[in-house]
Amino acid sequence: MIRVILPAHLRTLARIDDELKIDINAPVTQRSILDAIEEQYPMLRGTIRDHVTKQRRPFLRFFACAEDLSHESPDAPLPDAIASGAEPFFIIGAIAGG
Amino acid sequence: MTATPDGMPSGESNKFVYNTSAENGKPLTTHQWYDGTQHPWEFKRVWHLEPSLTDPDAVYAGVEDAALFRSTDGAQTWHELSGLRGHGSGPRWQPGAGGMCLHTILLDPNHPDRIFIAISAAGAFRTDDAGKTWKPINRGLKSNTIPDGSAEVGHCVHRIAMHRSRPDVLFMQKHWDVMRSDNGGESWQEVSGNLPTDFGFPIDVHAHEPETVYVVPIKSDSEHYPPDGKLRVYRSKTGGNEWEALTKGLPQSNCYVNVLRDAMAVDSLDSCGVYFGTTGGQVYASADAGDNWAPIVRDLPAVLSVEVQTLQ
Repeated sequence: MIRVILPAHLRTLARIDDELKIDINAPVTQRSILDAIEEQYPMLRGTIRDHVTKQRRPFLRFFACAEDLSHESPDAPLPDAIASGAEPFFIIGAIAGG
Repeated sequence: MTATPDGMPSGESNKFVYNTSAENGKPLTTHQWYDGTQHPWEFKRVWHLEPSLTDPDAVYAGVEDAALFRSTDGAQTWHELSGLRGHGSGPRWQPGAGGMCLHTILLDPNHPDRIFIAISAAGAFRTDDAGKTWKPINRGLKSNTIPDGSAEVGHCVHRIAMHRSRPDVLFMQKHWDVMRSDNGGESWQEVSGNLPTDFGFPIDVHAHEPETVYVVPIKSDSEHYPPDGKLRVYRSKTGGNEWEALTKGLPQSNCYVNVLRDAMAVDSLDSCGVYFGTTGGQVYASADAGDNWAPIVRDLPAVLSVEVQTLQ
């Protein structure tokens, strides 16, 4: 079980109140997590990454285990703590709005 | 900084890079950009001017990208207090939506070498040696919009206020949360209490009552208008936690303006006057500490800053 924490506005869009939980097969990577999220929550397609290029939207960042992984390869394996669900995968928005 | 022979910033527009290599002209210092990459430190605009408490020719300027400048010759020439950006955490500072601005400058009347400043989104900093060295003063702030919510820097502080009689007590409106420090910023605790929302921009203190504080709650970071379309100033007479809505004379339906961080001020008259401007171009004034309000100007562009001068 992978745990993902979305920015507040995307939680509103996806109509979820808390962290998101998804099941995916190994390898657990940014790409496999985002593919699963978009499959399960189609309304999020195009919000976290571009519809076509699949590039991360520039105002969003990816963090795991206190590390900024935004600029890592989307196919790099994520830490075991993410794959096991011990730690959540954070999708964080820039401080836009204040 | 790229400079002319007489020390002024050079450039064909008002945008210039602070530090460039003499060899190749490339930027020497960077901060974090919205996407997490590093970005050159560039001057874009002045956000706040703060006159010296003692020297009529001295004035401080807080600018974007966040830096503090001082002039001692009536604003003829400016020099950066570069120890702030040199603090070492600079590469972790990032812009808020308004840009990476140094918007608050508080001069301590009891300690001439002590200055408080605040940056969105780096946080609050203090110098005790007239700007040579700085320390972040963000302990107790919690921000769920950054990866490490209690980090040393990275908090989106919107405004800080103090009462001159008690400069160790600071009040802060953060991106979310209204905070208070009783020890010169060494630690902060939340005093949002019963506010309808603790998002907002300005915060100010009554001229004669150091425990009386004003804020203007705004619905959220994505909805920059008062909750329920009712423009309400909230006043605490207890230094936070217990807040009352001030509504008399303010629009209580269909009002969708914002009040920006520098757009509130108080005067020094016996019955403290309070003033604020809106993004809808109105300036509201209260001559009785917030009990009653009336618009004194309307149809301006968005009001960025409100300052008060009392004419004798």
